Amino acid sequence: MARTINRRDFLKLAGLGGAVFASGLGYRTGAAARTYSAAQDFYFVQLSDSHWGFSGPEINPDADGTLRKAVAAVNALKERPDFIVFTGDLTHSTDDPVERRKRMREFREIVSGLKVKDLKFMPGEHDASLDHGKAFRELFGDTHYTFDHKGIHFIALDNVSDAAALIGDEQLAWLRSDLDRLDKEAPIVVFTHRPLFDLYPQWDWATRDGAKAIELLMPYRNVTVFYGHIHQEHRHMTGHIAHHAARSLIFPLPAPGSAPKRMPIPWDAAQPYKGLGFREVDAEVKSARYEVTEWPVQKA
Amino acid sequence: MKRLAIVGSTIALVVALALGVAAYVAATPKEPVVHLSVKRFEYRPKEIVLKKGVAVVIEVESQDVVHGFNLPDLGVRTDVIPGKIARVHVTPQKTGHFTFRCDIFCGTGHEDLDGTVIVEE
Repeated sequence: MARTINRRDFLKLAGLGGAVFASGLGYRTGAAARTYSAAQDFYFVQLSDSHWGFSGPEINPDADGTLRKAVAAVNALKERPDFIVFTGDLTHSTDDPVERRKRMREFREIVSGLKVKDLKFMPGEHDASLDHGKAFRELFGDTHYTFDHKGIHFIALDNVSDAAALIGDEQLAWLRSDLDRLDKEAPIVVFTHRPLFDLYPQWDWATRDGAKAIELLMPYRNVTVFYGHIHQEHRHMTGHIAHHAARSLIFPLPAPGSAPKRMPIPWDAAQPYKGLGFREVDAEVKSARYEVTEWPVQKA
Repeated sequence: MKRLAIVGSTIALVVALALGVAAYVAATPKEPVVHLSVKRFEYRPKEIVLKKGVAVVIEVESQDVVHGFNLPDLGVRTDVIPGKIARVHVTPQKTGHFTFRCDIFCGTGHEDLDGTVIVEE
């Protein structure tokens, strides 16, 4: 890899988080692969579900401090990531539009302390579903977009601004048009908030028209999805497409269907910040493989 | 003359069919109706009991904003729009406790807006 991460140091620091190798994607060899092989490998950081504005001492007595600790932990990484992406629920929902914007400004102020040149933001339903993404767009920009970075095509899909958890026909047409330009071998990374597949609709862990997006992505042989929403690590394959859910920065939730209710897991004073964290994703562009390292918010 | 006869026969056939359909509808046993109301952030009642194999209509009525009624384990969902009664037809084929929930984000308590269908033998 071009970058020289001291992996041993990472793993030592991440003793509470652990590293997980994200499945390879069977990237095909040949001319198409060589097209991308000159690209430089890199890493980015995914943070998710900080729910700034949440209050619940029995759930997280450090609700005001956890995001700041995550910022410090990311800044403590030995090398700077190329970019950081927040995959939604930056703020906790409020019915008051003034308070919503206040929370978003406070969130933005805190994460401005991240030592990285490029911050990418996406909305979650807590940020965007009550006003169709209006406040989010005012403070953070578009709710769906694409960008290219060192040979990988990134697509941020908005499956929350429609309160019914729909991507919507218009955005799906936009996605189709974007994908039409790409080689079927192109490495593609998709960011969403909700899972695109029916993980557990009983808990609203789904996107109602997510199958349409997956259908559009399916002809592309190197697609990986990173999302949030479920406040825990989770890995799932739809055909050859890997889906990786990230931990939260406010409270963990139970494994899908493992509890009668989708209730936050209470704070464990013996293991503070347990289940919370962020991840770094090392992209090996040539093989379209991603090594995912999960980091705790704070060492015990 | 021949044309008139054809038209007459067609009308007779349509009338007969209409009467037949009406008779069929009248003869169909009416499904029991279970009524739910929903508002931010509560379904009432929060729990309903159904019988396995017995067809019912679940009616859902919103008292405030647009909600959803999603009962994935029994394969039904509908939007619930204020001013309209939403209806789903369901014939449970399995017993157990099944969660229904609002799946249209409706505010700060949305995530707690759910209820249970209990299906008994």
